[in-house]
Amino acid sequence: MNDNFEPKIVAIFCYWCTTQAAELAGTSRMTYAPNVKIVKTMCTGRVDPQFILWAFRNGADGVIVSGCHPPSDCHYEDGNFKWFRKYVLLSKTLEQAGIDPKRLRQEWISASEADKLKKVITEFTEEIRALGPLKHPIREGGD
Amino acid sequence: MGKPKVGFYWFASCGGCEESQVDIADKLIDVVNAVDIAIWPVALDFKDSDLEKLEDGELVACFLNGAITNSEHRKIAELFRKKSKYVIAYGACSYMGGIPGLEVSKDKETLIERVYLKGDIVVNPDKVVPVQEFKEDGVRIEIPEIYERPYSLDEVIDVDFYVPGCPPTPNVFLDAVNTLLSGKIPEKGYVFGSRKSLCNECPLNKTKPEKVLVKEFKRPHEVILDPEKCYLAQGVICLGPVTRGGCDSLCIKGGMPCTGCFGPLEGIKDYGAKAISYIASILDSKDLDEIRKTLEKIPDPLGTFYRYSLPRSLFYKKRVGDKK
Repeated sequence: MNDNFEPKIVAIFCYWCTTQAAELAGTSRMTYAPNVKIVKTMCTGRVDPQFILWAFRNGADGVIVSGCHPPSDCHYEDGNFKWFRKYVLLSKTLEQAGIDPKRLRQEWISASEADKLKKVITEFTEEIRALGPLKHPIREGGD
Repeated sequence: MGKPKVGFYWFASCGGCEESQVDIADKLIDVVNAVDIAIWPVALDFKDSDLEKLEDGELVACFLNGAITNSEHRKIAELFRKKSKYVIAYGACSYMGGIPGLEVSKDKETLIERVYLKGDIVVNPDKVVPVQEFKEDGVRIEIPEIYERPYSLDEVIDVDFYVPGCPPTPNVFLDAVNTLLSGKIPEKGYVFGSRKSLCNECPLNKTKPEKVLVKEFKRPHEVILDPEKCYLAQGVICLGPVTRGGCDSLCIKGGMPCTGCFGPLEGIKDYGAKAISYIASILDSKDLDEIRKTLEKIPDPLGTFYRYSLPRSLFYKKRVGDKK
């Protein structure tokens, strides 16, 4: 395994829960793996499978999407379920196309769960580090 | 000045595209009267040398169908590019990779093993597989190199227009021919067919509920479809909402749901991802376990949602000649 490999991870967080957890982690001076680039969306229900493929295509080794806890935390009522349905289909598709579905992680983290955020990000970074860099034709396409 | 010269050619394709071209029936005579067919190896006896003999840019248009899977395809495609003013990718394989494009998710060795050694109906005790070069009694035989993966036409050469469909319906072919003959040349990269989704022109659209919600997905053979009612509302995966229209809803009229051969609508980078998004959005369930169970029953998401577009998807598309 390449010791110098630093995973690049794209984190797509919903505004109402997980982004707030990240803010809380920040104001509480918590430290977690610096490998994540956080993208804020209003709701995970808005996350299009194209975003995930786009991230992998442009250099991400892993993508994590996190939203509000089901069944009823979602600010828009059922956005988290909408995302979850896409996630189930997408991860099976990724697997068929030859990308380890472990590279796409799905979590529920509420605004108060900064501890969980820290734990999940660190854990996921280590998991991707163990998997190594993403090697797939998706990388050859570029922008 | 003589009649405009056109050419037709096929790469990795099934012949359905040619059928669709002659399917315009009596109008074929008008087309033949209006143009001079300089090369059409499927229908008439033309050789590659006939193509080589043409001047550069002598063909006004060429209609190329099929995916690019070997070095001969590439050579001919490049030759056509040189000899033609407008190159038209004809049919889903040429436009997006199509059915042969599905092999992109497997490597070459796996495919050769599957086709020549392990296929269910293959008897090959001597384990003969194709090799590129072969020598016997001092005679050297060479076949074209099979590529690692199939390509859509625009990954190999510059393409001007696209005619979608598997195969394109006769009216789309006629539309393309008439548009070019009329001299009103569309902008580069134009895809013939409708600007709107299939649902928009579907005869069952009036029975489509305001909000489609289904409890489970069934495959077409598992259910007796009511031909008068929106197939999606009956729980069968129909990709009409995310697919370009313009095909006269032939499959729908024939009792089959849309499988997406006309490809994505304008502005969509990845057809399959959009289809996944749509199908996920209509499942009526708010229970994580139930969602997982129901969606995992869809047997082959890659083959279902990327049936015609895998080489051109975000997974695989190489951007040849595309600016960064």
